[in-house]
Amino acid sequence: MIQTLAFYLLAGLVIASAVMVILSRNPVHSVLWLILAFFNAAGLMVLVGAEFIAMLLVIVYVGAVAVLFLFVVMMLDIDFAAMRAGFVKNFPLGIAVALILLAELGLGIGAYGAGGLELGASDEMAPVRDDVSNIASIGALLYDDYIILFEVAGIILLVAMIGAIVLTHREPKPGARGRQDIGKQISRRPEEATVLKNPEYGKGVEL
Amino acid sequence: MTEAVGIEHYLVVGAILFVLGVLGIFINRKNVIVILMSVELILLAVNINLVAFSAAKGDLVGQIFAMMVLTVAAAEAAIGLAILVIYYRGRGTIAVDDVNRMKG
Repeated sequence: MIQTLAFYLLAGLVIASAVMVILSRNPVHSVLWLILAFFNAAGLMVLVGAEFIAMLLVIVYVGAVAVLFLFVVMMLDIDFAAMRAGFVKNFPLGIAVALILLAELGLGIGAYGAGGLELGASDEMAPVRDDVSNIASIGALLYDDYIILFEVAGIILLVAMIGAIVLTHREPKPGARGRQDIGKQISRRPEEATVLKNPEYGKGVEL
Repeated sequence: MTEAVGIEHYLVVGAILFVLGVLGIFINRKNVIVILMSVELILLAVNINLVAFSAAKGDLVGQIFAMMVLTVAAAEAAIGLAILVIYYRGRGTIAVDDVNRMKG
């Protein structure tokens, strides 16, 4: 009973916040609604017993991706009102496509619900066990059977990181303030960097 | 999965989220930031479906798949936003409906 209630609460909030993501006028609000959607999706995943994916959603999406979106939205000075110009024009086509897509997906799920489709059985290679926690079993699976996949995921993230840095990096102009000249730094000697003065009492020094 | 809420309910949530993501791409044609967020919604819908099937069939491989989708989504967001930043630097706007420099 409580699970059914929790499911409908979380599912309703996910869908409501997804609607607000695509409809809100201000992209900052869109990002905040997106964060709410991810939190509620994480709740849905806790409900089916996938705690690790739920925590990943919160950490990766809310902690990294949504904050990245917020940074970009706030860093770029954009006239968001002008961005809404095509909203009304594109709305009928968008709604039509969305309804067709929803009808198709609904037919598929309805056919399954009516017993018209048979899902294949699990091959029992990676069963969900009650005596092992979700994180422990995912860890075991990931580091034995799917180690190559795991490494490839790491490479993908590395390439994405290098790509993002290379794309956005700007060489500072030569002679710009704060620019480091390594040759100049290491050829510096104490004799040319320091001067010994012996000023008279009460007088300043001229450098 | 508990018997209280069947897999169809999760599939319906996933389907609605997916459709909302597609709709978001259509109605926010100019605003590439919201388009990227809609893509994130679509990938979230995929993740909900993968996890729901994984729980319903008692097979953890679905959750490994969901992790990989998550990885690719994070990489895609980083690269997409980096492209957005350099596009804004060059043009001073992020209106994407007139992006035709590559004549694709």
